[in-house]
Amino acid sequence: MQRLLIAAAAVIALSASAAAQEKLKVGWIYVGPVGDFGWTYQHEVGRQAVVKALGDKVDTTYLENVSEGPDAERSIEQLARSGHKLIFTTSFGFMDATVKVAKKYPNIFFEHATGYKREKNLATYSARFYEGRTIQGLIAAKMSKSGIMGYIVSVPIPEVISGINATMLAAQTINPNIKVKIIWIGEWFNPGKEAAAAQALMDQGADVLMQHTDSAAAVETGAKRGIPSFGQDSDMIKFGPKTQLTAIVNNWGPYYIERTKLVLDGKWTSGDVWGGLKSGMVTMAPYTNMPDDVKKIAEDAQAAIAAGKLYPFKCPVVAQDGKTVECKGGATLDDGQILGMNWYVKGVDDKVPGK
Amino acid sequence: MGLLDANLLQAIILSVIVASTPLLLAACGELVAERAGVLNLGVEGMMIMGAVCGFAGAHLTGSTLLGTLAGILAGVAMAAVFAALTLGLAVNQVATGLALTIFGLGLSGLIGAGFVGQRITRAPQLFIPVLSDLPFVGPILFGQDAFVYFSIVLVVGIWWFLYSTRPGLVLRAIGDNHASAHALGYPVLRLRAAAVLFGGACAGLAGAYLSLAYTPFFIAGMTAGRGWIALALVVFASWRPGRLAAGAYLFGAVTILQLHAQGAGLGIPPQLMTSLPYLATVIVLIIISRARGTAGSAAPASLGLAFVPDR
Repeated sequence: MQRLLIAAAAVIALSASAAAQEKLKVGWIYVGPVGDFGWTYQHEVGRQAVVKALGDKVDTTYLENVSEGPDAERSIEQLARSGHKLIFTTSFGFMDATVKVAKKYPNIFFEHATGYKREKNLATYSARFYEGRTIQGLIAAKMSKSGIMGYIVSVPIPEVISGINATMLAAQTINPNIKVKIIWIGEWFNPGKEAAAAQALMDQGADVLMQHTDSAAAVETGAKRGIPSFGQDSDMIKFGPKTQLTAIVNNWGPYYIERTKLVLDGKWTSGDVWGGLKSGMVTMAPYTNMPDDVKKIAEDAQAAIAAGKLYPFKCPVVAQDGKTVECKGGATLDDGQILGMNWYVKGVDDKVPGK
Repeated sequence: MGLLDANLLQAIILSVIVASTPLLLAACGELVAERAGVLNLGVEGMMIMGAVCGFAGAHLTGSTLLGTLAGILAGVAMAAVFAALTLGLAVNQVATGLALTIFGLGLSGLIGAGFVGQRITRAPQLFIPVLSDLPFVGPILFGQDAFVYFSIVLVVGIWWFLYSTRPGLVLRAIGDNHASAHALGYPVLRLRAAAVLFGGACAGLAGAYLSLAYTPFFIAGMTAGRGWIALALVVFASWRPGRLAAGAYLFGAVTILQLHAQGAGLGIPPQLMTSLPYLATVIVLIIISRARGTAGSAAPASLGLAFVPDR
């Protein structure tokens, strides 16, 4: 019975692909629901940008809530079998599954977000979120009267830790004695807990909030008490119209359009793209609710980072234990050091969990 | 350090109350259902449906009250599906409950798709004049939102109902031995259905609390496992309302205190602190099972068993 169903599904898929032969089929695999208003939501916005720009030439599909286990491989394979020629897998945990399926289907192009394993038909891409953190650090140090920043974080992976370090290094250039209070909630997404953590940080004297978790809870909770905050992944100004300072916005649309066009033109090649403020993969929500001089500092920093004049991890970088970190990138830390960051810079009064 | 500062202590207590209330509301409903002998593992699903429908209701009508009612009704509707299957058709309760949770998580995402990123006004706190201005205890005892007061009324009400009224006694009898209760002429299935629907209403209310008062917005999956904690709480409380309230506040307190401990830089590993509530549940389960012989307050004897009347 089951085999019959699969056969039937295959026939339907085949006839469907025959009918839409001229259109390129592009698929996305999402780890969360498109309604998370965070990570997955931004990828979905990117997919919609592709539809808008190339809708007459492509058909798009997405599978949401795909868990990072055996299910991932099945889902990716399902897209591959149903005629998709370009497939984006948008979570770190899809890495091995994507590699496996890519080896099986050498004529299909795969793109994996935030991973590091590549094949001839498998490219990787990610964004330099820490560049946005540098700007946030500058703003936070300027806005804070108590000299305490509150930082809500999810899980201790290098992307999160490099964000904390970039924030702290930037903030120290404004106020050398600035402190950061860090709360790990242990998950990416739990609005109630994020709100409680924001509350705890404010109760302990933090007067500016930032987060590396996925919901708008911290912005909303801060707004209730008039405490300024930064949004995450998407512009959360609605939740803190009078308190959100800015937000790091993941902007995948231009990249997705570019890569889809390359496939249409037959020019797609594998590679690794790590975009930032310069390429527009990371953008900042409008600078709001801050005095003009702070706004100017933020805008100048953004322009300088995009122009390659300001580096978030400019050497010398001093680690928490007082030792100067080896400078592998000449004047700055190199990409490998940032991608593998598992230590704090001097001035962070916390321990990396599990270390 | 300042951890013992009075203002901070007050702030911590306020946060604990807010974090505990959704657990308490959902667990109250499940306690009544389980006392009637029905194990409904669909709490998480009913709760998230309450959250999405509560938010949708409040967003569309602009009224917190109507939103709350919509949330309660959504929970009841979900519970009705469960009741129809497990009581009407005597389907396995565990499987149906799990299905209800998965169904609720999916359906709520679908309904909520249009509401993601929208916002509403937070449910108002009911400041009671004069009393809420009392130093220290004022804001804690007299400055909460309606949900918090209702959760306390609910606990007392359930306690009174179960132990001091005749229908409460019958409900417990059905949960402990449905065959005997049936032989005595009590309408087993009808009372169980009522208990299940009540459980759904409470779960829906708990969900509405999340999306209307705790964090006034809706995101798919925002219950984040609280329905499962509510289920664990009922066991933790050994099916008694008083212990249930204590357990809910203990869970809330551990959650909030671990956040404060981190912020204060006490150096306790966050992973350990996060696992404490669950560790506590396991320990209590062990204690209950050891004391079963003497305490005599273990699970209702007919819990989870299907009942088919011999007509």
